[in-house]
Amino acid sequence: MSAVTVLAATLQDVLVDAADGLSTPSIDWAGIAPNLILMLGGVLLLTVVSVLKRRLPVWFPAVWTISAAVAAACAVVPLWQRFTDSGPESLMAGAVGLDGFSLFATVEVCIAVVFAALLLSDYLRRESLDAPEWYVLVLLSASGAVTMASANDLIVLFVGLEILSVAVYVLTAMHRRRISSQEAGLKYFVLGAFSSAFLLYGIALTYGATGSTNLADIQGFLSREVVTQNALLLGGLVLMLVGFGFKVAAVPFHSWAPDVYQGAPTPITGYMAGAVKVGAFAALLRVFVVALGPSYRQEWQPVVAALAVLTLVVGAFGAISQTNVKRMLAYSSINHAGFILLGVLAASTQGTRAALFYLLAYTFMAAGSFAVVSVVARTGEHRQSLEDYRGLASLRPGLALTFAVLLLSQAGVPLTVGFLAKFYVVTAAVESGFDWVAVIAMLTAVVSAFMYLRIVATMYFGEAPEGVTAPRIPPATTLAIGLAVVGVIVLGVAPGPVSDLANDAVAQLVVAAP
Amino acid sequence: MIAAQSSASWLLPALILVPFVGAGLLALVPARRSDVFRPLALLVTASTGVLAVYLLTQFDSAEAGFQFAVSQPWIDDLGISLTLGVDGISLFLVVLTGVIFPIAILGATPHHDPKPYYAWLCVLMGASMGAFLALDLVLFFVFFELVLVPMYFLIGLWGYAERTAAATKFFLYTMFGSALMLVGLVATAVLHQRGVGGRLTFDLVEIASDPGISQNAARLIFVAFALAFAIKVPLVPLHTWLPDAHTQAPTAGSVILAAVMLKLGTYGLLRFGVYLFPEAAVWSRPVLLTLAVLGIVYGAVVATMQTDLKRLVAYSSVAHMGFIVLGVFSLTVVGIEGGILVMVNHGITTGALFLLVGMIYERRHTREISQLSGLQRSAPVLAAVMTLVVLASVGLPGLNSFPGELLALLGAFETSRAWGVVAVTGVILAALYLLWAYQRTFHGPATGENATVRDMRPAEFGVLAPLLVLIVVLGLFPGLMIDRMEPSVKALVAHVDEQVDGFSETRYEFVGPQARESEGTGGAGEGTGTGGQGTGGESGG
Repeated sequence: MSAVTVLAATLQDVLVDAADGLSTPSIDWAGIAPNLILMLGGVLLLTVVSVLKRRLPVWFPAVWTISAAVAAACAVVPLWQRFTDSGPESLMAGAVGLDGFSLFATVEVCIAVVFAALLLSDYLRRESLDAPEWYVLVLLSASGAVTMASANDLIVLFVGLEILSVAVYVLTAMHRRRISSQEAGLKYFVLGAFSSAFLLYGIALTYGATGSTNLADIQGFLSREVVTQNALLLGGLVLMLVGFGFKVAAVPFHSWAPDVYQGAPTPITGYMAGAVKVGAFAALLRVFVVALGPSYRQEWQPVVAALAVLTLVVGAFGAISQTNVKRMLAYSSINHAGFILLGVLAASTQGTRAALFYLLAYTFMAAGSFAVVSVVARTGEHRQSLEDYRGLASLRPGLALTFAVLLLSQAGVPLTVGFLAKFYVVTAAVESGFDWVAVIAMLTAVVSAFMYLRIVATMYFGEAPEGVTAPRIPPATTLAIGLAVVGVIVLGVAPGPVSDLANDAVAQLVVAAP
Repeated sequence: MIAAQSSASWLLPALILVPFVGAGLLALVPARRSDVFRPLALLVTASTGVLAVYLLTQFDSAEAGFQFAVSQPWIDDLGISLTLGVDGISLFLVVLTGVIFPIAILGATPHHDPKPYYAWLCVLMGASMGAFLALDLVLFFVFFELVLVPMYFLIGLWGYAERTAAATKFFLYTMFGSALMLVGLVATAVLHQRGVGGRLTFDLVEIASDPGISQNAARLIFVAFALAFAIKVPLVPLHTWLPDAHTQAPTAGSVILAAVMLKLGTYGLLRFGVYLFPEAAVWSRPVLLTLAVLGIVYGAVVATMQTDLKRLVAYSSVAHMGFIVLGVFSLTVVGIEGGILVMVNHGITTGALFLLVGMIYERRHTREISQLSGLQRSAPVLAAVMTLVVLASVGLPGLNSFPGELLALLGAFETSRAWGVVAVTGVILAALYLLWAYQRTFHGPATGENATVRDMRPAEFGVLAPLLVLIVVLGLFPGLMIDRMEPSVKALVAHVDEQVDGFSETRYEFVGPQARESEGTGGAGEGTGTGGQGTGGESGG
């Protein structure tokens, strides 16, 4: 009953406010500059290309996209300065949070966009699919991911999620001559729409229980009031978890992931593993750890622990029984999601920061790995099975070496970023008293290491079959793979500067100034 | 525990960096210059070896703490630092690493792809050095795990028929242990911070001197560490990766695996088991001693039944590793010293054995004992060298394995007599399987191809010569090593005494009069070195 009363009261308040005349909030354009650059970059690209259709060189959309992503990342720098000087802020009537967390996540999304553009430019030429729409959709979805990561309000978060998702559904299905791409797009769309509904219903219930969709207000409400009948809130919490679980591909909401990862055009798979995971995990961290963490941690931690364990185990064991390398990496991304869930589970600043670092690491590892998969698969993406990697080391020693480094990093071998990423989340989990989950996580890492080693062994210890020619590695892809490997090693050997930044990247909720 | 900063603070980082930089140089040389790689790799590893020997000469043998210590923050916000140091326990393992690598490179050449082969060997050397020198839990783990990668490729790319499976098995077994160890070491640091206050740190000395970890937690963490090291050693139920890895690895890989990498496990047990969790070590002693004795007997029995010469040597390693763990977990000064002596001397003798088996394989293209016979007639020098090495491995007094095994057994007798009695049978069994194998391969009529086997070349003898010299010198003068390690070992046992209530009583209660004797002589090294030769002769012969 109480919840209904609250709902009624709030509704009344809203109506009264509306009667007073709507006051529009002041917009801090500078504060949302990175997001604006990405979104306007996408819209402008579409306009420019449709006006000057035939007069633009083929490389133009890719260069435009990379410039937009770099510009957005540069726009973060003054904001970071502003945040370190004057602390976290809440912009646009409390809808958008400007804190280290959202800025750090923004940069991660930008990195994923750069990789996606580099890989797409070669991929589209090879598959004769060159069209600027790919890049437009990448930029728009990136804007959605950034919106999710900086959302201070559940409705804004949902809008961001939809901007991100709808663009990625289309990107997944954009390879019009591959039936598996279309199938993946449809599957992703149906299940994704389903999960959005779950999330929205969860938001509605949470609103009913707390009287607000603003995260700062929810946090404040829960710390002030003792909710005696919390069925509504718990229901909202669980439904939101289901929605986020779908997006991050946590078991048991993962069943779309292997098919979609395998079916999607490979550069888009790498982009999904980077940007979509960053957006979804950032939103999950913001809602669960920051808004609901202080007072409702005890309620959701067991559920997330179960999710994490299932995700880790299913991801690892699912991967070892596969023979298609792209599908192996899809399952391994589920296992990685389990590791990031450890950071969420810790529900601490340590955990948040570890999850952010892991996401950064995984963006590099996934982009590089899927780039190699794209190169080896050749035109039409037919060669994805483990057999097609046999003897790659003798055909393309450099490519095999970089793939080996990326795979060993995913396995968590020291002096690569994969090890430190795992180390951080394990530390966070142990500090929060989840040592048993950490043990399970590390054991699943050994299981997935078997799968990574299988690929490495096939490349190095197998003989290349007669008559197979070395795959061609186009220049932009070479650059992308090079960047990924350099990132993996530099971050693995000297993580200091980045992990210091991640230290400041703690999400904080600030109540909007009235 | 860290001694005063020495002037030569560059020495330990150089020991790690020289091989790594060398590997980088090798990677930069174009692959077609195939004649450059071997001399360059030799130069790199030999100069590291020279640095290691220089370290030995500069080492202050009166000092118990860590010397040449350097420390540099690495990941500051988690308290992870690049802390290096050497004491009497790690000193000889560092020197052994420095000596074995150039010999392994000289002793065997790869059949293909020399560039990655030598580059991986250099990486392996740097990582092994790092693991022996690291005094930070995370840094140790980094190197401990890093050695897997070069070894994986060495076995997988230059090994024999079943190499892929062996390499994968080797990698996954060790990684399984490290997975638990990683959680264990994080838990150590976190609980230490909670117990003592202050900031998070992974510094070994700082945690060991004041752990602040409850007994139950410490025992649990110790189990995680011990499991990882027991796989690496390997102790008996966890040893199944070893025969495959050894048999399939190329000769240089086997030599390094036996001489250096297995020691990472026993060294880890000593440094990160006994030193870090003394109470848990005392608590777990019955189990570990039982496994050690089981390993000694089981390794010997299984070795006797092997038909493949290399597999036989591999199983003999299992038995020798048992002696090390027996000595270490006797938790007495004598026993631990014996354990360390066996670590080093097993590296020398088994390294030499693998080189010799590799030479036999090169000549006969088989390692089946049934195919070999009468090699003594066609290759007398090879037979003579083999005799010396086999006798050393058996534990003949006057040769290098004897003092270590004797001290380890003495230690076991001091604290746990029953285990000591069973372990002694291992010495007799060692004589059985090694001498029997020698007899079958080298004695008898030289049939078929065995009659025309080429004898050892001077160059091959030159490779083995340093090991042969060490076998004799360290056999006759074990005090050379014991004197340098004794202060550190004594400090370690004192540390255990201090941290574990009533530990010293349990030891003396067990032993009675013998303990007072060894207390009285003080310098256990000289006492046993001379007195032991007469008594050990019966069991060794």
